[in-house]
Amino acid sequence: MAAEDNKNQQALATDEEILTYVDHLIAECREKPGIVIPLLQITQKKYGYLPEPALRKISHELHIPYSEVAGIVGFYAYFSIQAKGKNVVRVCQGTACHVLGGNEVFAAVKKELKIDVGETTPDGQFSLAVGRCFGACGMAPVIMVNGEMIQQVKPSQIKRILRKYKK
Amino acid sequence: MNTFTVSKLQSVSELIQLRSRLLNEEEQAGLARKERILICMGGGCLASGARKLKDEFHKQLHHAHLHNSVEVKGIGCPGPCSHGPVVIIDSDKTLYQNVSPGDISEIIEQHIQNRQIVERLIFRDNTDGKSASSIADIEFFKRQTKIVLHNCGTVDPLSINDYISHNGYAALSKVLCGMTPETVIREIEKSGLRGRGGAGFPTSLKWSLASKSSSSQKYIICNADEGDPGAYMNRSELEGDPHSIIEGMAIGAFAIGANEGFVYVRAEYLLAVERLQNAINQTKEYGLLGDNILGSGFSFNLEIRMGSGAFVCGEETALIASIEGKRGEPRPRPPFPVQRGLWGKPTVINNVETFVNVPVILLNGGDRFASYGTQKSKGTKVFALAGSVRHSGLVEVPIGTTLRELIYNIGGGTVNDRPFKAALIGGSSGGCIPKEHLDVPLDYESLNELGAIMGSGGLIIIDETSCMVDVARFFFEFVTEESCGKCTPCRVGTKRILEILLRICDGEGKPGDIEKLIHLGEEIKRTSLCGLGQSAPNFVLSAIRYFRNEFEAHITRHCEAGVCFREKKFNDLEIQHSASTKD
Amino acid sequence: MIKLYIDNQPVEVPANTSILDAGRGVGIKIPTLCFIENFEAKGACRVCLVEVKGAKNLVAACSTTVLEGMEIFTNSKTVRDSRRFVVEMLLSEHNGDCKTCLRNDDCELRQLASEMGINVLEFEGEPAPQNIDDSTPALIRDSGKCIKCRRCVTICNEVQGVGALFPQGRGFYSSIGPSFAENLAAVACVQCGQCAAICPVGAIIEKDHIAGVWQAIDNPSKHVIVQTAPAIRAALGECFGYEPGTLVTGKMVSALRRLGFDKVFDTNFGADLTIVEEGTELLHRLKKALVDKQPVALPQFTSCSPGWINFVEFYYPDFLENLSTCKSPQQMFGAIAKTYYAEKIGKRPEDIVVVSVMPCTAKKYEAQRPEMSHNGIRDVDYVLTTRELGRMIKQAGIDFRSLPDSKMDSPLGISSGAADIFANTGGVMEAAIRTVYEIVTGRPLPTNQLHIEPLMGLDGLKKATLKIEGTLPEWQFLEGIELKVGVAHSLTNAVRIIDAVKKGEEFHFIEVMTCPGGCIGGGGQPRFTTNEVRKKRIAAIYQEDEGKTLRKSHENPDIKQLYAEFLGKPLGEKSHQLLHTHYKAKENLKPT
Ligand SMILES: Cc1cc2nc3c(=O)[nH]c(=O)nc-3n(C[C@H](O)[C@H](O)[C@H](O)COP(=O)(O)O)c2cc1C
Ligand code: SF4
Ligand code: SF4
Ligand code: SF4
Ligand code: FES
Repeated sequence: MAAEDNKNQQALATDEEILTYVDHLIAECREKPGIVIPLLQITQKKYGYLPEPALRKISHELHIPYSEVAGIVGFYAYFSIQAKGKNVVRVCQGTACHVLGGNEVFAAVKKELKIDVGETTPDGQFSLAVGRCFGACGMAPVIMVNGEMIQQVKPSQIKRILRKYKK
Repeated sequence: MNTFTVSKLQSVSELIQLRSRLLNEEEQAGLARKERILICMGGGCLASGARKLKDEFHKQLHHAHLHNSVEVKGIGCPGPCSHGPVVIIDSDKTLYQNVSPGDISEIIEQHIQNRQIVERLIFRDNTDGKSASSIADIEFFKRQTKIVLHNCGTVDPLSINDYISHNGYAALSKVLCGMTPETVIREIEKSGLRGRGGAGFPTSLKWSLASKSSSSQKYIICNADEGDPGAYMNRSELEGDPHSIIEGMAIGAFAIGANEGFVYVRAEYLLAVERLQNAINQTKEYGLLGDNILGSGFSFNLEIRMGSGAFVCGEETALIASIEGKRGEPRPRPPFPVQRGLWGKPTVINNVETFVNVPVILLNGGDRFASYGTQKSKGTKVFALAGSVRHSGLVEVPIGTTLRELIYNIGGGTVNDRPFKAALIGGSSGGCIPKEHLDVPLDYESLNELGAIMGSGGLIIIDETSCMVDVARFFFEFVTEESCGKCTPCRVGTKRILEILLRICDGEGKPGDIEKLIHLGEEIKRTSLCGLGQSAPNFVLSAIRYFRNEFEAHITRHCEAGVCFREKKFNDLEIQHSASTKD
Repeated sequence: MIKLYIDNQPVEVPANTSILDAGRGVGIKIPTLCFIENFEAKGACRVCLVEVKGAKNLVAACSTTVLEGMEIFTNSKTVRDSRRFVVEMLLSEHNGDCKTCLRNDDCELRQLASEMGINVLEFEGEPAPQNIDDSTPALIRDSGKCIKCRRCVTICNEVQGVGALFPQGRGFYSSIGPSFAENLAAVACVQCGQCAAICPVGAIIEKDHIAGVWQAIDNPSKHVIVQTAPAIRAALGECFGYEPGTLVTGKMVSALRRLGFDKVFDTNFGADLTIVEEGTELLHRLKKALVDKQPVALPQFTSCSPGWINFVEFYYPDFLENLSTCKSPQQMFGAIAKTYYAEKIGKRPEDIVVVSVMPCTAKKYEAQRPEMSHNGIRDVDYVLTTRELGRMIKQAGIDFRSLPDSKMDSPLGISSGAADIFANTGGVMEAAIRTVYEIVTGRPLPTNQLHIEPLMGLDGLKKATLKIEGTLPEWQFLEGIELKVGVAHSLTNAVRIIDAVKKGEEFHFIEVMTCPGGCIGGGGQPRFTTNEVRKKRIAAIYQEDEGKTLRKSHENPDIKQLYAEFLGKPLGEKSHQLLHTHYKAKENLKPT
């Protein structure tokens, strides 16, 4: 159910495919109170972001105003309405990472990918995000690529780490 | 390994029978077994390759024809995360650190076959200067008291059978056969257990308020949102001992009269969710969750809900809103969740660690639990020790243990013995403790006096290479990003504080800025709607209280630690101040 | 009862009273911004903070209920300092300029700041991002001025059930508005303007048509006529300091003349016409169902409220057939003005400018709908809200209070009391029944003052049953029929009645008005419309009705003349061309 991992992300789902997928999701749980957030999480996991047709569909089927659905999506940091790169690199900006050189790691990632937070590389390979503490402070500094944790990272290792993910 | 499966348990005696069968089997296996190798399967060790290590152990044992006499068992996190992957040789409790697949053959040949310790892999940097091989001799372990974490490091978190054979669900069955909600709550009251989520509210009081409500529908929620940067106790508890949480919640549900529960887990904790879901499935299969548990007539269902990246959802009313499918915004309290909670029904929300304590209390008695800790705060507390400390990881000590003991005797001191500067406790809503207060006992009251809080257990040590103004700025970026924006003082006030801090860190501080920070901070605390705003300025205020000279120095463009004013040099590397977790 | 102390005064109030109400009861006014009467307190703005002895922090008076023995201080130094701090925070975020803000005379934030004597901004910093949304015909939103009190969110969701506005994003950069901080046109906003009416500051305002109206008046080649909706006369006075519920019909007419309108007419005329057409339509539908046994959409829904039409188009396309095909009184008036009246005065329709004064912002939307024109000429050219008219009168330097009374012009200025009550919930239904009953039985409605008690008042959903007996031969098929009618005001109540219809409850005719209380509570009325204000305006309207000798639409002599000279008969061919229309589902917002 994690909204994080986008390994299953499909290259380019058509609106129709998206609607069929969401339809089938909703069919199973329409009546369940509070189900909208899990639905968004599953959809985000599937596509790596929340396509507008999916949001419109969820709004319509669950009778939640579209503005409210948008308000929910915009509240939680894990939801995104923009398609992301094949790999999502998340750099921890938690306290422990901060005091143990997280900044330098962050800078190295930015330098390597030549993008800023929220952006995607032109080749569509990587998107960059920051997180506030992945709960791995004992192993700081850490970064997460597609939900996989990489610990005690040194700025000098970034190039090698990222190369591994580039397909 | 347990070789049989079980159908739904119909009664307490069936559970007891199962346990003795399991123990029996375990005994047989123990007799047949030469050795057991325990490998930490905590998130930290997994990320540093523990799974591969485990497979490799299997392979090589097979190769050496030892697979029938040597068992490999996954365990929950035993604590010293910074030294993972961690392997324990069960018979003599030798702990090996930073083990890689290349070390396996040596361990097998030398230790398993020839009973000789592999010196180069043992835990080093003991505080007495000596290396020690056995957990029994390592200061890091010796000085801890494990109640909450008692199963972490022994029980396989993936196996309900292993949990049951370690007395798992014994507390629940004791409660279901023979106790009433009142007697359960009385036992908790005797224990003096206070909530571990931060505020330290007496758990028995919360439960009895909910229990007294006549509503036919009530809920119990486990708060596993753990959003404070620098805290990961709950993560380890979920990953390492999920059944204890389920058992604690079931007991809580029985005590307050709830039949439905939720565990609200933070989005980042994928492994924790996987483990917990696995545990829930097993528990359902065994009939320890669901309808008519153990034939007692008590029914309890449990579901996991995941967060989606919002720190404020740890606040209980925001958490409820989030489960209800809304924006996770807090609302005024009263009414408190025990009066009006999830879907308007009475709801008890407790922290993960609070629940983990519950089975232990019921099994061993409240008095026993109350024998740990201080006059006002009973039991133990798990801290996530991180930052500039040699052995960072999870440690559990009786409440009231001093900070110095934690950092120096357990944590092994600062990294490279650099001069200690401060301990950051309680995350962004907490405060800092400077070296003159190293002997403060870690309990709710003493910490409050110093302007800090116990919080949920995040404890980050910084040395003189860190700048207090920079750390304050860092924390403030966090709270500003995480403010939900509902109420005025927190929405606007935190932004104003951050602007001033950024200015100071950029060398553009002005005389009067410090007074402004204090004024803003105090008003935000006093006027905000929820705990986030009410505690957001704590860290800055505490930093100014103990390190005002550093702030003053910054206003005259001097950073002792050499952290600030580097923006010109690092122009393109500089952290975007607007960076947020939002993509 | 709970005993407590407020500022050392002993106070006794019922349990569950908020500190705010307890204070008001003893003459202590605690400031509020996010609080709205009759809705759950949000505790968001924090200007209502008070000190409670023993409490760690200050508490919000709006959201905290009193407890026995509480000692509350509403004017301690801490309270004053903290409230001031909160307002300073709002000001430091506020991205607006009072000098040019439409709301500078009734802005609650400016007022609070001035009461607190805040004359320097101590905490300057980045202001809220400013996005101006003028995507809809009726409203302008300015996110820079929004103080995020969420009153509009409550109204749009809990009163109107539309849900166009919600908090978006989070933290300092959060905003209140449509999906992903887009424009209102991107969501299903019905343009009712209730949000603009409740906003404490200038963050949502009506789209101002004053300049266009001045331009028309100043153009000598244009014949500029004005129509005023029935609800204006009971509210316009509030713009000039009169008590709510003061009727100012005569002064209003004088003011409009002085503004330079060539003729001052009455939307009431359109209302009388609507009743004749709509009543006849109802009888036709009943006949079709009962005599011809043909499928026909029943119940018939009224169609005078443009927000309601939008709502059906967005959310209930299955009920479009149930909407009366009658245009609203505003549009009927415009259509007649540009044909019948134009012929009468010998002008080309393009030389006539129709300005209407409406209590409603959705009327601005309605006037520009493509359905609302004839031969490419719009029925209505400009729509002013009551508030805009108030401003226009002030702009012209007219001392409203000292104006003499005067009367509307003929032929489109004469109207019945039935038309007056179009202004309030239940009124259209009552007016229709006065006429329908008399058409069918030949006798006047046999009730006290021609009123239908169960349809009066502010209950959200009202119902009545009327047994029809002693019918004229032509209407024999209705003999003994129990005519079932329903009335709903505010769109959440409209949803309730639609649900009842869906569940099979029988109705023949249903009146829906978009705004709470009906048009007298419209989104374009003077601020602020509380229930107390609604009641007073309604009372004034009934007073206007009862004061007239002409009480039934079909008896209006000008209407009779209109049919005789121009329209022929109700639902005749000309009527169809000019006075009726059809609506279509709004597909654009459905999931693609
Ligand atoms: C901003 C904020 C974040 C919080 N985060 C957590 C959290 O992550 N975990 C937690 O258990 N309690 C958290 N709390 C405290 C909870 O609101 C609540 O007090 C707690 O879950 C109660 O459990 P306890 O009585 O067992 O401590 C948070 C409070 C605030 C104001
Ligand atoms: S204090 Fe902050 S997080 Fe809490 S309600 Fe106010 S704005 Fe939201
Ligand atoms: S005009 Fe009416 S429907 Fe539109 S946003 Fe405002 S309150 Fe909602
Ligand atoms: S638009 Fe007006 S009513 Fe709505 S939140 Fe902003 S200030 Fe409040
Ligand atoms: S009026 Fe009470 S918090 Fe806004």
